[in-house]
Amino acid sequence: MADFVMPALGADMSAGTLLEWLKQPGDRVEKGEIVAVVHTDKADVEVEVFTSGVLEEVFVEPGTEVPVGTVLARIREDGASPTEVARSAAPGAGKPSSTPVEEPRLLISPSARQLARELGVDPATIRGSGPGGRIQRKDVEAAARARAGAPAAAEAAASPTGAATTPAPPAPPSAPTADRQAAMRRAIAASMSRSKREIPHFYLGQTIDMSKAVAWLQQENLRRPVTERLLSGALFIKAVALALREVPELNAVWEGEELVTRQDINVGVAIALRGGGLVAPAIHRTDELSLDELMHALRDLVSRARSFSLRASELSDPTITVTSLGERGVESVFGVIFPPQVAIVGFGTLVERPWISEGQVLPCPVVHASLSADHRVTDGHRAAAFLSTIDRHLQEPEEL
Amino acid sequence: MNQDEIRAAVLHALSEVAPEADPATLRPDLSLRDQLDIDSMDSLNFVIGIHEQTGVDIPEAEWARLQTLDQVVDYVAAALETA
Repeated sequence: MADFVMPALGADMSAGTLLEWLKQPGDRVEKGEIVAVVHTDKADVEVEVFTSGVLEEVFVEPGTEVPVGTVLARIREDGASPTEVARSAAPGAGKPSSTPVEEPRLLISPSARQLARELGVDPATIRGSGPGGRIQRKDVEAAARARAGAPAAAEAAASPTGAATTPAPPAPPSAPTADRQAAMRRAIAASMSRSKREIPHFYLGQTIDMSKAVAWLQQENLRRPVTERLLSGALFIKAVALALREVPELNAVWEGEELVTRQDINVGVAIALRGGGLVAPAIHRTDELSLDELMHALRDLVSRARSFSLRASELSDPTITVTSLGERGVESVFGVIFPPQVAIVGFGTLVERPWISEGQVLPCPVVHASLSADHRVTDGHRAAAFLSTIDRHLQEPEEL
Repeated sequence: MNQDEIRAAVLHALSEVAPEADPATLRPDLSLRDQLDIDSMDSLNFVIGIHEQTGVDIPEAEWARLQTLDQVVDYVAAALETA
């Protein structure tokens, strides 16, 4: 049997609220499949299972807040025989659910659920257009539009009850609510305060000649359809991932009183949310992705981060973070490390600067790369080697 | 497409990347990036949206010069005229 527990989706997350089970006892689950939705201060998060088998029993009812690590359910792994599980022995702190939930299951994405809440639409009245009838954001928006005064037929389709409803408030779909904003701010405050309290940061910076990378990127994008263009951010992230292979102590987390290096390189990407706030979900095994795959993953991640549809593993797995404020014209950014990680890399804006090459002063596109690192696990010499390695990779963009 | 249709198509593409954008308060002569806090990923998605709405592909080098809504609309109109 395998326990399915309330995950830690950030260093300072101590508890989470189970919002919804997407599977019921007796259902088959596959490794990586999303089985539950959990509410945290930062987001509603889809939680995957890490083993294949049959969901034997659930111990926590929707709406229950439980500490991180609480057993939410048990999964009978493939090959294991059915086991009688004593519910009273369940280590979960949540209210045991001795019978499966009887009401029909509502398939709805976290972002759609949040949007429905914001627009005052009852999800139970919405017909989902996604796989298996899953309700998506566009279904909620359509229902809200229909309710706000679209033809009666459309309203009837969105609202089977046919009940008269008030017009939906014109809430911007991707804007966080004030409550969500405040909760996210608290989560960021807790994490960053802990970081500055516990982690002895040191900082290094290096200006990188980007002429080869910019020229290569321009040529690449000229021959690509607009939907497959690459951003310089993808090159930065890949260069960081490859550099971590050579300085593995920075691909790590600080657990207890020791450094634990990670095998997989999962670069977290700092994503600013519209209206404020920040998340830094991981792109798994970043170093193994081609630039096309990385760009696709990045677009997908940004889109889901801004629609509050991130997955648990994306929030719990980053082994380092990359941040960039280039769009705002900032030339240097020295980040605060996200615990339990031990480093964060910052990239400023691409600017043209005088650059001396072979005795000549030439205009050159450059970017300032910075590293904030944990002095408990590394020193200036190794950190400098890491930045130099990023630089070296950016001089060979075709190899990224 | 006439100018109004092009503007509507561009605004539709913009609404996909910046849902909070209010066409009524958006200044067409000021920088979109400054008014809407658009980052590089938003910009790329905006260009893709314009392509989907109008068929016009704005090259990367041109995009860097297009700052305002009016400039984007004028660029798309010119591209459609010469197509």
